[in-house]
Amino acid sequence: MARVVFTRNLQRHVECPPVTVDAGTVADALNLVFAENPQLRGYVVDEQGSLRKHMVIFVDGEQIADRRGLTDAVPVDGEVYVMQALSGG
Amino acid sequence: MSDSLLHVGTRKGLFVVDGPGAEASVVDAHFVGDNVNLTLTDRRDGTWYAVLDHGHFGTKLHRSSDHGASWEEIAVPEYPPKPDGFVDIDMWGREREWALGGIWALEVAPESPGGLWCGTTPGGLFRSDDRGEAWDLVDSLWNHEVRVRWNGGGLDQPAIHSICVDPRDPARVTVAVSSGGVWRTLDGGASWNPHTRGMVAGYVPPEQAEDPENQDPHCVVQSPTRPEVFWCQHHMGIWRSENDLESWVELKAKPSSFGFAVAVHPDDADTAWFVPSHSDQKRAPIDGSVVVNRTRDGGGEFTTLRAGLPQENAYDLVLRHALDIAADGEQLAFGSTTGNLWVTDDQGDRWHTVAHHLPPVYSVRYV
Repeated sequence: MARVVFTRNLQRHVECPPVTVDAGTVADALNLVFAENPQLRGYVVDEQGSLRKHMVIFVDGEQIADRRGLTDAVPVDGEVYVMQALSGG
Repeated sequence: MSDSLLHVGTRKGLFVVDGPGAEASVVDAHFVGDNVNLTLTDRRDGTWYAVLDHGHFGTKLHRSSDHGASWEEIAVPEYPPKPDGFVDIDMWGREREWALGGIWALEVAPESPGGLWCGTTPGGLFRSDDRGEAWDLVDSLWNHEVRVRWNGGGLDQPAIHSICVDPRDPARVTVAVSSGGVWRTLDGGASWNPHTRGMVAGYVPPEQAEDPENQDPHCVVQSPTRPEVFWCQHHMGIWRSENDLESWVELKAKPSSFGFAVAVHPDDADTAWFVPSHSDQKRAPIDGSVVVNRTRDGGGEFTTLRAGLPQENAYDLVLRHALDIAADGEQLAFGSTTGNLWVTDDQGDRWHTVAHHLPPVYSVRYV
């Protein structure tokens, strides 16, 4: 099971504790989280499903490459960190 | 509810101000630390709406049904997926994202109990009929062939910032776009036409200066009692229409016609207020003096009001939503990017400082 962790800055607006999901890609992982926590979706991605401009996601320490489709693979027991970028926002 | 009650949306929260004239003071604060761009009170049911822009996390809408005792997050407008092959290139040569940027206008749609209009970037107008539980894009305007030629004005993307619902007929709605002109529907949003005859843009080649989509109205208001009269603070100066948008006439004010905000008296279409800045090139008060311009004769003459306002070393800029007039027509309020807030209870003859140390003020609205 992969673990998905959200930046603490987000917790101020929406409750989003770490969760474990069974997912092959970042998109799958996030969609499973959003299914349980619909309010969270709009804080992380826009209405087209793209990662918000000043958000970043790391999978096992590597920044994801596909910010639009979120197709980056998530290994079994991988760690997905949803963070805000230091720039902009 | 006091007729002095005021919402002040700022870079770091929503502040509530109450009290007439010299007695006005900040009495409450909401969303401290968050960016509150705009507010709306639906006077039919007393609901408060607040637009929050969280930057990293996007634009959100909150609603209070108990005058701020509690707030709930509600839906924001969402753009549809862009159809395959649809060409929508912005002025920067980039593919325009069909996704909500910010909310720049929020008004009541009076023909429906929970009706709201919402203007956004990158140029979509949205409608809700259930107090913001769900929103529908007004396709007819978004799909208008000219819309893709709207440009940014201040922002990188076009913003619908003014929505005037006609008091004669709520199916007649006028919107203004920075930078995309003035548009009106007569049929509740089914069809739209531009209304910019007489306006001139100085920031495009001369042969394009009168094109509707090149006009950058900073703010448009409609007289509630003579609805054929509109006032516009345009990027190039001040314009007025008194023939129901058939045409606009440019007006000259001293010390400057440049600015962002305009307010019209609720009962007198010839009386309006502006907060001038030096110029497009120098967006600061002239000679460090904050002033308000008032006309009582439809723009023939402007009186420059200074009493109670700082007259030296002041560099306040007043944004388009940061000036408002109360329903009594006597009280006005405006706030600046320097965090100053002033009110008057005699139409601007004398101003009173409410606060010097607010965060940058984005919007001022009587409740």
